[in-house]
Amino acid sequence: MDRLTYDFGGLRAVDDVTLAVGGGERRVILGPNGAGKTTLFNLVTGLLSPVAGTIQLFGDDVTTLSPYRRARLGLGRTFQINTLFPRLTVLESVLLAVQGADAARFSLWRPRSVYRHLEQRAQDLLAEWNLADRRDVPTRELSYGEQRQVELLLALAGRPRVLLLDEPTAGLSTVETAAVVGMIQRFPRDVTVLLIEHDMDVALTLAERVTVMHQGRVLADGTRDEVRADARVTEIYLGSDDQP
Amino acid sequence: MLLFLLAAGLSLIFGLMRILNLAHGSYYLLGAYIALSVVEATGNLAVGMLAGVAAVVGLGVTMERVFLRRLPRHEELPQALLTFGFLLIVGDVSLWIWGGAPQSLPKPDMLAASVRLGPLVFPSYRLFLIVVGALVGAALWFLQERTKLGAMVRAAIDDAEIAQACGINVSLLSTSVFGVGAALAALGGVMAGPVLGMYPGADFEVLLLAFVVVIVGGLGSLKGAFVGGVLVGCLDNFGKALFPELAYFTIFAPMAVILAVRPAGLFGVR
Amino acid sequence: MKSAVALVVVALALTLAPLGLTSYQLGLLTKMLILAVFAMSLNLILGYGGLPSLGHAAYFGVAAYTVGLLARRGFDNFWLDFGAGLIVATATAALFGSLALRTRGAYLLMITLALAQVLWGIAFGWRSFTGGDDGLPGVPRPAAGLPWSLADGVRFHYFVLVVFALTIAFLWLVIRSPFGRALIGIRESERRMEVLGYNTWAHKYAAFVVAGALAGVSGNLYVYYNGFVSPAYLSVVFSATCLIMVSLGGAGTLLGPALGSAAIVFLENVISAYTQRWLLVLGVIYVGVTLFAPAGLMGLMRRRARRAP
Repeated sequence: MDRLTYDFGGLRAVDDVTLAVGGGERRVILGPNGAGKTTLFNLVTGLLSPVAGTIQLFGDDVTTLSPYRRARLGLGRTFQINTLFPRLTVLESVLLAVQGADAARFSLWRPRSVYRHLEQRAQDLLAEWNLADRRDVPTRELSYGEQRQVELLLALAGRPRVLLLDEPTAGLSTVETAAVVGMIQRFPRDVTVLLIEHDMDVALTLAERVTVMHQGRVLADGTRDEVRADARVTEIYLGSDDQP
Repeated sequence: MLLFLLAAGLSLIFGLMRILNLAHGSYYLLGAYIALSVVEATGNLAVGMLAGVAAVVGLGVTMERVFLRRLPRHEELPQALLTFGFLLIVGDVSLWIWGGAPQSLPKPDMLAASVRLGPLVFPSYRLFLIVVGALVGAALWFLQERTKLGAMVRAAIDDAEIAQACGINVSLLSTSVFGVGAALAALGGVMAGPVLGMYPGADFEVLLLAFVVVIVGGLGSLKGAFVGGVLVGCLDNFGKALFPELAYFTIFAPMAVILAVRPAGLFGVR
Repeated sequence: MKSAVALVVVALALTLAPLGLTSYQLGLLTKMLILAVFAMSLNLILGYGGLPSLGHAAYFGVAAYTVGLLARRGFDNFWLDFGAGLIVATATAALFGSLALRTRGAYLLMITLALAQVLWGIAFGWRSFTGGDDGLPGVPRPAAGLPWSLADGVRFHYFVLVVFALTIAFLWLVIRSPFGRALIGIRESERRMEVLGYNTWAHKYAAFVVAGALAGVSGNLYVYYNGFVSPAYLSVVFSATCLIMVSLGGAGTLLGPALGSAAIVFLENVISAYTQRWLLVLGVIYVGVTLFAPAGLMGLMRRRARRAP
């Protein structure tokens, strides 16, 4: 499954980037702050419009589609800053996520049986990822680590084919980071995962292939070992070390 | 021109503090009314005008420090309700004190005559208004773009917390900006006093016009307030002259067009 | 359990009210119910959808004027007048919504206000058609179309009560439906909803139009209640009064706005008897609610309920 190819020009944040990610791959995007990684994600999910270039998802050109259409095609996303539903409980939030991927989300009336099926799926998801005991807590009352987990869960609930994770371990303690890494490693194999990371250890644990970005351009692109051996990459990271 | 003053104040307050001040209209009216009382007491127009502006600035600052601070940031609804509440309160108190009959400030003697500019004759007071408006606009632009103060304001707009960390006193800045915005509105009010007069309901009308200007010109943009002010002002005058009964329509039209084409306004920042 | 009992009591009280109240008091109660429908309609987009609209009176007033104009010219079939009012309100909401919903937050607030003001201006200025500032008096209640006449205060009260109950039932269903839940999600985080696959604009628009239609229903009833329509029905103050009813009662709750409506109507009535300074009091209420009771009366009651053992 050839996934995406895109070139952009002009947008200062992302400068003429071409990237192709295979299906089921675990790709990490590295780069110092301001390299344009999050902007790249925004372009892919449709929250931003590219000045030039195209995006393809499973062979279909999605460049002009609005974000919700792309989501329905199977694109899931987490944000660097938690984008949750503050006053809704964990269960309600996951339910919305599950409902979003389902066909009749616009309906006004609904037979109870179908709705129960959605609720069941939400409960199952929570149980599977060990958040069942927090299900009735409003998300704004969760700890930061738990919120990050819910953020991941919301993206996963829609059964996406491609997942874009933006710094999922940002601000987490070592224990919490390990939990999240474990979570990501357990994702189904047929889901393509694209990960922005700042933490080198996490990145190299999870990645199969790595793309390094710098100042909006792709600096290096290859397997884990290739990139690790690349001199330019080491220079960037040692020269401008801005780990959070 | 008047619209520019008002819209600039509104835009400024919103641009910096993301607060939409619905009481802006009452600043206009109150400034004029207070000026009137002071003029009647002292006989001096300039003093009256100054007093009007000063009093409103005081009110604005009080509103900001005491009330608006307590509200959760970035939530439009509580701000809208609070400021609207003030609009009602000030409006009703004004009605109570100054009565319901329309009144106006006296024109300054030296500007009472008309002036000949080539083939056209202008009432000199209106010219004076335009000049003052232009001067204020230039001053604001200068302040915003060139001075250190302007840079601080712009920094605070971008990210209040970081600005604070850099040593910029965001709190004082916020209050000052609010005060300036209020002053602009009051200035508009006292300047308009001699020509448009004051009457109950003027606060609403003026607020609406300011809104239209800001919608057309874009919130948070000085240039937008200027262009919008001129545009809407002209359209409004034409509308009133040509279709007195459907004057509101001529305001509606540009607004609808802008909304359809560029919802953020001509020069909208966000 | 306690709340269910309370609800039953209130329902009974409303139904039996005509027996115990004077016709003036009954009229007041009817007014509370009509405006409750208005407030609940705004609550749909404001409380549940998070869309601040300061021009909701537009749809109320437009329906009221339609009915008023038709009824005065002798079209006294209930279904015709009511239907026309409803259609006009819905069309206006559809138009205004398509313009206003391209924006968010403060912009949305300003635009809805400005749009409503335009209608106000037309009503105010077009004396020959709308009667201008004086409005249109002498609007009769419908003589045809319904099996009973609404001219009688008691019958009218029951009619309004039925509409009120239907509105509550309708809104209850909407809120619990997937659409309703999605709307709440949009309120909490529109961005999140977008990447989850929801067409957020469509949801907002649909809610806006439905809310406008309901406001129109309320407007229809009000003009029958008062027998009179004026530009005040389209004014900012009226829109804002609706807003405060929602906020005072509790935005985002089903019955909060009804409570708010009752409170405001009651207060206005009481205070206007002693002083002309009702607007001043209203302004103070606004300030007070924002500062001290942002979750409204329902919020206060819930907090008390949680503290009690």
